[in-house]
Amino acid sequence: MNIPADLKYTEEHEWVKLEDNIATVGITDYAQGELGDIVFVELPGEGDNVTQMEPFGTIEAVKAVSELFSPVTGKVVEVNSALDDDPMVINHDPYGDGWMMKVELSDTTQVEQLLDTAGYKGIIGQ
Amino acid sequence: MPYIPNTDDDRRAMLQRIGVKEFEELLNAIPAQLRLNRPLDILALSEMELLREIEGLSRDNHEGLICFAGGGIYDHFIPAAVGTIISRPEFMTAYTPYQPEVSQGTLQVIYEFQTHICRLTGMDVANASMYDGATAAAEATVIATKVTKKNKVVVAETVSPLYREVIDTYLSGRDIKQALVPMDAGRCNLNRLKEIIDDQTACVLVSQPNFFGLLEDVEAVSEMIHKVGGKLIVSVDPIAQAILKTPAEYDADIVVGEGQPLGLPLSFGGPLLGFFAAKKELVRSMPGRIAGRTTDVDGKTGFVLVLQTREQHIRREKATSNICTNQALCATAASVYLTLLGKTGLKKIALLSAEKAQQTASALFDLEGFKPYFDSPFVREFAVRTPVPARQLILSMVERQVLPGVDAGRWYKNMNDCLIVALTEKRTEAEITRLVEGLKELTASDVLSQM
Repeated sequence: MNIPADLKYTEEHEWVKLEDNIATVGITDYAQGELGDIVFVELPGEGDNVTQMEPFGTIEAVKAVSELFSPVTGKVVEVNSALDDDPMVINHDPYGDGWMMKVELSDTTQVEQLLDTAGYKGIIGQ
Repeated sequence: MPYIPNTDDDRRAMLQRIGVKEFEELLNAIPAQLRLNRPLDILALSEMELLREIEGLSRDNHEGLICFAGGGIYDHFIPAAVGTIISRPEFMTAYTPYQPEVSQGTLQVIYEFQTHICRLTGMDVANASMYDGATAAAEATVIATKVTKKNKVVVAETVSPLYREVIDTYLSGRDIKQALVPMDAGRCNLNRLKEIIDDQTACVLVSQPNFFGLLEDVEAVSEMIHKVGGKLIVSVDPIAQAILKTPAEYDADIVVGEGQPLGLPLSFGGPLLGFFAAKKELVRSMPGRIAGRTTDVDGKTGFVLVLQTREQHIRREKATSNICTNQALCATAASVYLTLLGKTGLKKIALLSAEKAQQTASALFDLEGFKPYFDSPFVREFAVRTPVPARQLILSMVERQVLPGVDAGRWYKNMNDCLIVALTEKRTEAEITRLVEGLKELTASDVLSQM
C-alpha cells in the first residue's frame, strides 16, 4: 500500500499536497483499490468554493458511488479535466496524474490538522 | 395471520423515534371529512357473488362514448397486435425482471423503447419509462434544481393543471421555490416569463403543444432560460411530436411526456406511461432505469441495465430520484405500437388527427354562439368558446353518447365557457357531424335553458 510521507490525509481517504498556498487534492491508493475500476468523477468548477470536510464531488466505480470530501477550505483554481475522458488514471496513478483539483488556501494552517502517514495507516488498519 | 410483521412494540418504538405520539398523527394531512375513522368493512363474497357485484358496478360506466376529450390522454386506435404481443407470458409479468441472464427479451424491448423515444424527441438518451407524464415532468424539475444548484422552478400556466398538481406535491417539503408564468391568449406570456426568470432559476417547464392544444414559442423560451443558465424542460404529446420540430432542434435539455397515446387504452386513470429523455450531459442525473446494449464474453450482442450507480439501491439517500421502477408493460405496448406504425405511419396518424381537428374546429366555429377561444395555431386539440357553460354541454352530450371535450373551467378561473376538443385519426366524418349537430341542437333548443 502506497502512502507517501509528504502528503496529508483525511479519514474519508483523500490526500492533499501543499505547495505554497495551493493544495492539490486526490484520493488515496487504498481508496482507488477499494472502489475498483473508476468510471466517472464529478468535480467542481474552477472558481467554486470548497469547504473542509464537505463534499466537493462524486466518484463512481462500476458498482459503487461515493462522495468526495474536501480536505481543505478555499477556492478551486484548477480541476483535472483529463479525468473526464479517462477516469481510470485515478486507479493507475492516484497520487500523480490522478489528482483531482487544486485549491487556493487563505489559511494554510488548516492542513496541519489532517492525518499524517502514520495516522492514515491507523485508519485503514495497516 | 396479518402480512405486516411489525409488532405493537416495534410500532411504539418507531413512533417514539420520530417524535409522534400515535399513528393517527401521521394522517393529519388528510382532511378529517375524507377519513374513514372505522375499520374497513370488507364484504365477504363467493367468487360468483363477487363477479355479479363487480359486473353490476361496471354497468354504471358510460361505455362506447364517442370521445372528443383529450387533455393529455387521447383515444387513438390500438392495433390488435399490440395486445397480442404484450400478452405473451414472457412480457406479462407482475414485476419486471432485469437480470440479464434470464431477461434478454425484456431488456431488449426496453432498449428499443428508449431508442424510439430518442428518435421521436431527437434527444441523446431516454430512460426505461416512468409512471406517467406528470411524474416525469415533476422528476425533471427536481433534477434541474440538482444539476444547476439553483432552487427556483418556473412552470407555465399552460402546462396541464394535473401535471402542475403533481409538481406541487413533488416540490413540497424541499427547499425549492416555484413560480407560475401566467398565460396570454392561451400561451405562455413571454414578457412575464422574462420578468420571472433570474440567475437562481433552475428550469422552465412548458408543454408543446400546451393544455389548450396551442403551439408555444419554444424557441423564445429556450433562448431566455439558457441566457440565465437554467434548463429547458418540455412536455410533449408524442403523436403531435411526429410532425413538429424535435425538442433537440430548439435545444431542450429534458423532454418528458405521456406515452398513453402510443398504443395504450383510455382506462379511467391508468396505467399510464411516462417518458423521459435528456441531453447526454444529464445522463448521470436521470431518474429511473436505463437499459444499454453491449457485447458478452463471446462477442455476442446483449442487453443490461446501465448506469445503476444513479439509483437508489446503490447511491441510497444521495440518489437523484427515488424511482427505481418503470412501466415496462406499457413501454412494451408503446414499442410495439411505434414499431408497427413506423416513422411514416406515426406521421400519418398525427396529420390525420391535425386535419380532423382543423375540420372540426371550422365546423364548430361556424355554429351560432361558438367562437375560437384563442387564435393561435393548434395541432390536434383546440379550445372553443361555448354559449353556455361547457360543463352543461358535456353533461347533455354524454346523454347522446358523445363526450365533446374537456371543461377548462375545472382548473382555470373564469373559463367555464371553454371547451377543449381533441381529435384523433379514429373520429369519423359521421362522428364529427354528430358532435357538431348535437351541439347545434342543444344550444338552439331550450333544452339547456331548462337545466
